[in-house]
Amino acid sequence: MASVRSAVSVNITPPVATPPSREAQAPLVMRMTASKVNFYYGPKQVLFDVSLNIASNKVTSLIGPSGCGKSTLLRILNRMHETVRTSRVEGEILIDNQNIFAQDVTALRRRVGMVFQRPNPFPKSIFENVAYGLRINGTKGSISDAVEKSLRHSALWDEVKDQLHKSAYDLSGGQQQRLCIARALAVEPEVLLLDEPCSALDPISTAKIEELLVQLKDLCTIAIVTHNMQQAARVSDFTAFLLTGQLIEFNPTAQLFTTPTDARTEAYITGRFG
Amino acid sequence: MATTTTTVPSAGPVAGSRSFLTKLRDGDEIARLITFLFAASVVLVTLLLVYELWRESYLPRHKFGFGFFITSVWDPIFDKFGALPFIYGTLITSIVSLLIAVPLGIGAAIFLAELAPVRVSDTLQFFIDLLAAVPSVIYGLLGVFVVIPLMREYIQPGLKNSLGFLPLFQGPAYGVGFLTAGIVLAIMVIPYIISVSREVLLSVPRDQREAALALGSTRWESTWKVVLPFARTGIMGSVFLALARALGETMAVTMVIGNTPTISASLFSPGYSIAAVIANEFTEATGDLYLQSLIELGLVLFLLTFLLNGLARLLIVLTSQRGSGMGQA
Amino acid sequence: MSHRLRWRKFVSHFMLTMTGLCAFVAVAVLFFILGYLLYHGGTSVSWNFFTKLPAPVGEVGGGMANAIVGSAKLLILACLLGVPIGFFGAIYLAEFSGGTTAFVVRYAADLLNGVPSIVIGIFAYSLVVLPFKHFSTLAGGFALGLMMIPITLRSTEEFLRAVPRALREGAMALGASKWKTIASVVVPAAYRGILTAVLLSFARVAGETAPLLFTAFGNRFWSSGWSQPTASLPVMIFTYAIAPYDDWHRQAWAAGLVLLGLILIINIVARVILSRGVAVPRT
Repeated sequence: MASVRSAVSVNITPPVATPPSREAQAPLVMRMTASKVNFYYGPKQVLFDVSLNIASNKVTSLIGPSGCGKSTLLRILNRMHETVRTSRVEGEILIDNQNIFAQDVTALRRRVGMVFQRPNPFPKSIFENVAYGLRINGTKGSISDAVEKSLRHSALWDEVKDQLHKSAYDLSGGQQQRLCIARALAVEPEVLLLDEPCSALDPISTAKIEELLVQLKDLCTIAIVTHNMQQAARVSDFTAFLLTGQLIEFNPTAQLFTTPTDARTEAYITGRFG
Repeated sequence: MATTTTTVPSAGPVAGSRSFLTKLRDGDEIARLITFLFAASVVLVTLLLVYELWRESYLPRHKFGFGFFITSVWDPIFDKFGALPFIYGTLITSIVSLLIAVPLGIGAAIFLAELAPVRVSDTLQFFIDLLAAVPSVIYGLLGVFVVIPLMREYIQPGLKNSLGFLPLFQGPAYGVGFLTAGIVLAIMVIPYIISVSREVLLSVPRDQREAALALGSTRWESTWKVVLPFARTGIMGSVFLALARALGETMAVTMVIGNTPTISASLFSPGYSIAAVIANEFTEATGDLYLQSLIELGLVLFLLTFLLNGLARLLIVLTSQRGSGMGQA
Repeated sequence: MSHRLRWRKFVSHFMLTMTGLCAFVAVAVLFFILGYLLYHGGTSVSWNFFTKLPAPVGEVGGGMANAIVGSAKLLILACLLGVPIGFFGAIYLAEFSGGTTAFVVRYAADLLNGVPSIVIGIFAYSLVVLPFKHFSTLAGGFALGLMMIPITLRSTEEFLRAVPRALREGAMALGASKWKTIASVVVPAAYRGILTAVLLSFARVAGETAPLLFTAFGNRFWSSGWSQPTASLPVMIFTYAIAPYDDWHRQAWAAGLVLLGLILIINIVARVILSRGVAVPRT
């Protein structure tokens, strides 16, 4: 059983920037690409030369032990890192080949939505939560139709259709998280980022959301951070493994979990650390 | 230690069988007793205060009953005392002050909680705390020599010219009056609104703001449509607190309100407030009915501020519960 | 960028600038008050102000020596009443009391705190002035002391509670009795906060005028002992400001400057003391 220390001294293959499209029938389009991203909180560097791609209409998961930078990386994708004053990014991040830092941040965030670790519905009714994004961005067509559509997409419609005007806080944790997903979907984002969306939920709600994610692929591109490897194996098409701010391996999920190319990946997924 | 069979109380918790005197020799019990007496004196003095207010107002309560609150005549010569002009003046000036102070105060609180870097926010809050420490009589001093002339020369005529068709802004521009008192009161209560609102806003969980931003809100939209509504109970609490202070303010008001028991739709009219009339006429009151009528006014003021303070604290507590995810929208 | 987005961004920048303006205005008021007082009061403060008695009505000159001494006497009395009750009452609440008693005492203190100062004056009047049939320094000191109690009590309690359990347990494990622990460990650990609480409540009552209007009342001359009416700085400011004499106005400014200066200095000192110590709950 190789220890972590000996794994480091082994000659490692360099991080893979583009996943080989062996099994894909249609050619893969890269919705978002990150190139040589370095990230700093003040003087402390947290991400080191990370490059990866998020493939269109696929689920890409980011895994790794606590503190490896996966959530940090995710938050850069919709520029949420800018809420912290001391943060600094180097490197290029593109969506549809457009630099995310060159466009208006408010417009970007409509295209790249986010669901957070703990459900955070607004202190409004279920309807108003989902309608929020529609109201501020303006929408053609009826708001209630759009709300219904989103709630159907997030598999919540049947449970709440008769109580749309009740407070969102009346819902259970799992329902609240699906509400947050509906809220994010309502503005029809191109990419949906989910930051450990099930870590605060019970197993049944988790299963419901995992089922949901696989279906949502058709609607948008999904990137999910998870500390649960089995979850990554279940729902994602591509997986990126990060360790202390570096991207160690990035491959189709099936390949990463059965024949990882890096010893550290193998150590992590077999539970030797993390 | 020799094993003697004295009646020294044991060090252990064998309290039940010990007599009061032996307990007294134990330093802790004395300390408990003494400190209890001090604490109890607080309760006693408060009860005594309420009792005295009640007792010392029995004459007008029996003579006028509820009519006291709806009579607008205040005529010491003929022993006719009605509280209405003072209640009116107190309420009007407080409402005017809130109309000015609440938008300004919440605006400043938003700046301090959402926009300003931490050090700037703390420094400004420090100054605002100092503002809250300025005594009422100093505000009154500035009211007399700065605000009144400003009102008389510029603000009142200006309002009359532009909005004079409203009954609110009619009548001669004396400089004193309801509006002036309202403005001075507004300056006095702004610090309270800012301090409490700022703390309430700071306690709104980060992820509410982030959720709004992640949906493509501008910073103002996330503040106005998500953070503020989340904090609205606490902010209302701050407003009630400010109102309670405004109601009880004496010196600054009495120096600028005009001290005339009038009820008028015009904000330019001189008026009177409960606290102001007590301050001015208490030492001049001839006769028990006069004095006790003033005391009854004090009782009214006490009850009003008591209710408001209670409500305010309840609201602020409710917000902090919501912050931990326990409350409802 | 779409029109709608441009508009939303404009609104955002505009409103956020407005909030900055509100904060600026609020703080500017403080500096305006200070500046105005410095200007008008600074020119009137003189040696006479501190040493002379008020001149007969209508005559120029004179000072506020009696008011300064009177305020000092009133504040001494206030501290004698307010500080022990607040301090020992807080010890009871933090160290000895059970839930219900604590609730009742705190509720009473909060109630007392919320009573308008003029009503405190009425209470002091009926308790101390009426029985003796004249205004007195005692009555004024009593009123101010009452006002000091709740602030001192609640703040001291908070600071005592903030002392970590570990400190208390350390002392008790060495065999110290409860009161010894409190006296030798808990109170010293919380002394910064307690001192701040006392200073802040002192500063608060130093500026109070309303409760003095019919308790200490006023005096154009020296007030001897404690049972005579006495002049005080805040009441003098009030009386002089609303009178028709220019000279009195000047003196009111001077008194205002002295009073506000004293209060602000105490406030700043108190907060500096607090910030130097362990982070504790804000009063």
